Order: sequence, then structure tokens, then C-alpha cells
Amino acid sequence: MKITSANEVNDPKNVEYKKVLVDLLYQLADDDFLHSFRGSEWLGLVPHIEEDVAYSSIAQNTMGHAAIYYELLEEIGEGKSDDLAHGRSDAVRKNAILLEEVNGPGGWLYEEPKYDWAFTVVRNYFYEVMKKHKIESLKTSSYEPLAQVAIKVQSETIYHLMHWRTWFYQLVSAEGEARDRMKAAIEKAWRDVGGLLSLGPNREAMVNTGLIDGEEVLKERFVAVVKDAFEHLNLEYPGEPGMERGDGRTGVHTADLKEAINTLAEVYNLNPAVSW
Amino acid sequence: MIISQTLEEKVKQQIETVYDPEIDTINIVDLGMLGNVSILEKKVTVELLPTFLGCPALGIIKENVIKAISELNEVEEVVVNYINTPPWTSASITEKGREALKKFGIAPPPIQLESDGSWQVDCPYCGSPYNTLENIFGPSACRSLLYCKECKNPFEAMKPISIL
Repeated sequence: MKITSANEVNDPKNVEYKKVLVDLLYQLADDDFLHSFRGSEWLGLVPHIEEDVAYSSIAQNTMGHAAIYYELLEEIGEGKSDDLAHGRSDAVRKNAILLEEVNGPGGWLYEEPKYDWAFTVVRNYFYEVMKKHKIESLKTSSYEPLAQVAIKVQSETIYHLMHWRTWFYQLVSAEGEARDRMKAAIEKAWRDVGGLLSLGPNREAMVNTGLIDGEEVLKERFVAVVKDAFEHLNLEYPGEPGMERGDGRTGVHTADLKEAINTLAEVYNLNPAVSW
Repeated sequence: MIISQTLEEKVKQQIETVYDPEIDTINIVDLGMLGNVSILEKKVTVELLPTFLGCPALGIIKENVIKAISELNEVEEVVVNYINTPPWTSASITEKGREALKKFGIAPPPIQLESDGSWQVDCPYCGSPYNTLENIFGPSACRSLLYCKECKNPFEAMKPISIL
């Protein structure tokens, strides 16, 4: 079955399909949105000037990806994309918990930021590996407008994965503090990485409607890549990906998300009617 | 002899006056951003292909296209939509566009990537292939930073984007 347009989604006979599609689009949009926001917080703080150019470019691209998913939601009647990005509370967000976690102690405005570069590299590498396999799968999604977006997104994300893979490999391969900090960061990220791989409560319906490959299939592909990296880098594979703090797809979140939304929506909240 | 232009020709001519806001030697047609143009009586609908989804110039380009076409007396309404298919790739840039990029000091994207995904461009100033990639990312989403070892100039290159 293929659904070719927003109009077709809104046909009463597709009401169940729409429910599942909306869930998936919010997951994709909120994941990229939070991921990009955490990336933007690094502006001016990364280890060197060329990294500043690279990371801000990656964060900007990723914000573009979030925006296009919010626009797909707008097209099927979920509301204006700006409102979906800025105006939704933490309780209805569907991003993985790993992505909302702060970059480290401190912040931009009032305290000195002491962000953790090792954790950022690990999180970003895991995220891009997962994203690659999701996007690959979405290229044959039953919702054709989403499949078209996936082709476009993929052409940009190749460079993102290459970037974070390089950092990951180089820092783990280094001796001393770098390797120790990377190991600690991997251990920390692994406790929540399962949330990144979750497709939430509609996981089966997503497969049955042909929207995306199954959660287990995607997880296997993710694990295969990461295991290969760990083996190459002489790291012990940590075992089953954890989801200790819960599944963000079901609306479970931490205080970090609430704070992130308050910060990123501060200007929007001054006057939500202003067009961006 | 008076040759009268069709409205479609006039519309396309107007679109060609819209340049990339950040690279003012290349217009959006030569960048490969123009999709279908349809005219229904006094309403013109233009499809544009976004280069990079997060590119902040997209909004400016859209406004500039609307402005340029609205200058025609025969037109009452202009609608510009970004479309995702066919996807823009760096191969969409025309031959004229490739020359225009060089004028700005930007090496045009490689026409073909190596089988391992690596690529090489020539310095836009001296033409030498003897250069190094300093950063795959650059001052905007579509550009990379390089350094020419021959003429000792830093330069930028259009980042190759392809659908695999």
C-alpha cells in the first residue's frame, strides 16, 4: 500500500494509518529538534575553530530536518510547524531521553558551561548511526512524501555520520584521559541508548502499515555497526542497550527536557503569533 | 520585426534575475533550483528545489522570486513552493553556474566521486589539483574549506551532494 499525499491520509478510511504516521513523524521531528538544540548550545565552546564551523553546520542541517518533519505534520492538519516545534509541552514530546540530556553542568546564560565533549561525541555518533538506518528504511516508506524527504535527508547526513565517526574513533584510539573519558561516556550513554532505538507503542502498526522497518530489524543494524566499531577499537561491548529512565516515545521525560523547551521557546513565548 | 515574448518566457527571465543571496555571481536557475513553472491565467506557480533543508537562504530566495515575478504587469498572483522531489544534487548546477562559482572563488563540485566516495576539485584561482581539504563543513551548508598548496590560497568548494 502506498499513500501519496496529505489529502489521502485524511481520507476517513485511513484514520488508523494517520494515527500511526503522526506518531512516527513526531518521533522523527522531536529527535532531530532536540538533537540540534543540544548541538547549538556548543556554539563557541567546542575544542577548536574548525569544529565550530563543522558542528554549527551539522546542527543547522539537522534543524532543517526537524523542520521538514514538522511541515509534513502541518500538511496533514496537526497545526503550524512553528507551533509544533516551540509550543508543545514536554509531556507530549516524543524524543528519546538520551537526546534531551544536558551537555554537561552549567549553561550559557548564568553559569560557566562545563560541557562534556566525550559524552557529546558518543551521543552524536550513536545518534547518526541510528539515523542512517532509519532514513535508509524510510526511503521505501508507504507514505510517499516521507520517502521523498528521506532521500533528501540522507544526502546530507552522510557527512554528519562521517564527522562523528572520525571523532569517536580518534578519541577512543588516543591514549590516556581521552580513552578513559570516552569509555565513561559510552557507559553513561548506553544506559539510555535503547530509547533511541524504540519506535514506541505503535511499533507493530508502523511495520504493518509499511511506514518503516521493524524496531528489532533497525536495532540489529544499529548493533552490528556499533559492535564492529567496538571490536575495531578494542572496547568491550556493553550488552543489551539500556532504557533505564524510560521510553521518551511514550511521553516519559526528565527535567532536562522541560528546561530545554523553556530555553529554546523563550522568544517564541513572548508572542506566539509572530511569524518566523 | 517584433518578436513578442510569451508570458512563460518573461517569467523565466524574471526568475533568472534572482541570485543566491550569499554567492552573488550565480542565479538560482544555474544553481539548479528551478522546478516546474505553471501559469494559469494571471496566477504563476513556481516550484523550487531546496539545496540544503536547513539553508537559511531558502526563505530569502522564495521572497525574491515572488518579488521578481510580481514586477510583470500580466501577473496578479505568485505562489512559490519548495518541493522535495526530485531532490537537488550538486550535479544540478549548470555549466554556466560552475563558471559563475569560480568567479566568486568557489570551486564547482566534482562531477564524479571516486568509488570510495572521496573527491577532488581544482583550485578556482590557479586550477591546481594540489590542494587539501581543511574542513568538509564551511561557512554555509553547501560549502567546504580547502587550501591550495600551489598558489597558497585558502578557498571554498561546493560540497558534493548526491543520492546514492
